[in-house]
Amino acid sequence: MASEKVTTLTDTNFDQSVIKAAQPVLVDFWAEWCGPCKRLGPTIDELATDYDGRVTIGKLNVDDNPSVAGRFSIRGIPTLLLFKGGQIVEQVVGLADKDSLKKLIDKHV
Amino acid sequence: MSTHNVIVIGSGPAGLTAALYTARANMKPFVIEGLEAGGQLMLTTLVENWPGVRDGIMGPELMTEMRAQAERFGAEVVRGQVSAVDLQAHPFAVTMSGVEHTARSLIIATGASARLLGLPSERKLLGHGVSTCATCDGYFFRGKPIAVVGGGDSALEEAIFLTRFASSVVVVHRRESLRASKIMQDKAFANPKIAFEWNSDVEHITDDGKGEVTGMVLVNNKTGARKTLVVDGVFVAIGHTPNTGLFQGQLELDPAGYIVTHMGSRTSVPGVFACGDVQDHTYRQAITAAGSGCMAAIDAEHFVDGLPQHIGDPERAAEIAESIADG
Repeated sequence: MASEKVTTLTDTNFDQSVIKAAQPVLVDFWAEWCGPCKRLGPTIDELATDYDGRVTIGKLNVDDNPSVAGRFSIRGIPTLLLFKGGQIVEQVVGLADKDSLKKLIDKHV
Repeated sequence: MSTHNVIVIGSGPAGLTAALYTARANMKPFVIEGLEAGGQLMLTTLVENWPGVRDGIMGPELMTEMRAQAERFGAEVVRGQVSAVDLQAHPFAVTMSGVEHTARSLIIATGASARLLGLPSERKLLGHGVSTCATCDGYFFRGKPIAVVGGGDSALEEAIFLTRFASSVVVVHRRESLRASKIMQDKAFANPKIAFEWNSDVEHITDDGKGEVTGMVLVNNKTGARKTLVVDGVFVAIGHTPNTGLFQGQLELDPAGYIVTHMGSRTSVPGVFACGDVQDHTYRQAITAAGSGCMAAIDAEHFVDGLPQHIGDPERAAEIAESIADG
């Protein structure tokens, strides 16, 4: 169960919520059938609580939102992209632990 | 925080079997899952060689069951990744998320992780067409041509699985025959969607400038001839490397980086035991990992039983430990 602090991103709201966002946005590309994505889920929820008000933490389901996934050539999940000022500043492919994700995010806040 | 009887690092078949046995021995094991919780079986599909399950079981389901079974007997399984261990003093110290946990004995079951080819283009295209996990990423290649690099059982299993999605699968292998088991070879050769490129080294994966896989350049290692393979995805299945970075300089490792064990699961440090793929480059099966996990649990139990109560005295503890290790 995703935390309520996690923003649900879609093909429709992506530009408004991520590209034009004032604060950095971490986007978790995931899908229901992806085992490792599920393992990453609780970490994403915790990050959403830890960075509440400073960094938006969002999840994008690649099955339901093929346009955004295609735009960033996402061909493997989980993939995390950190956006700042509409640009990708960090990319993580595969599983990562909370401490290393925090280090990565902290470089940009 | 009180000292645990045993900390198990890792949650694949080795770690969870060690957890099950130490839990049933009333040692209340503290199990740290690690990043790739559940281990390599979490990325597989049907496991057909787990004895006692006639029709096979899905890898993730098997691991969920193992974990629940260990927890049922009192194992505490926590999410987290160990960042450091100190095996020089007893009790041993294990650091996770900045918190130090101590234990009278330690069972290392950190397993092995997928190896990459080591090409710069491969690293850049990881997640954009280069993958080490067919069950995770195969779905992205519906109706597309792809390649699998490797010649072992894992490579063929991935190739066969990927034919569900891909229009064609080319297995790229360095040699002119496969290392894989006969049954996997037969399955792969019989599959009309699978073709082979023999004696082929991967020189480059294109197109890292564009940010997605468009193909790969192969060099025939017999003739030197180059050829381009047009594919949308490259799955790398060339084996694994043991996850022993944490233990370098503290435990004896072999030249390939595996933990050296003797007399069952004993490592070079008394009280530290290793099981599963982190110490096994020969068998690497779920059942052998589980078997060695059981051995580590029994070895750890005997070790802790023989420890004196005044555990705070490291010198005395080391002496006792040594006498136990000497049999």
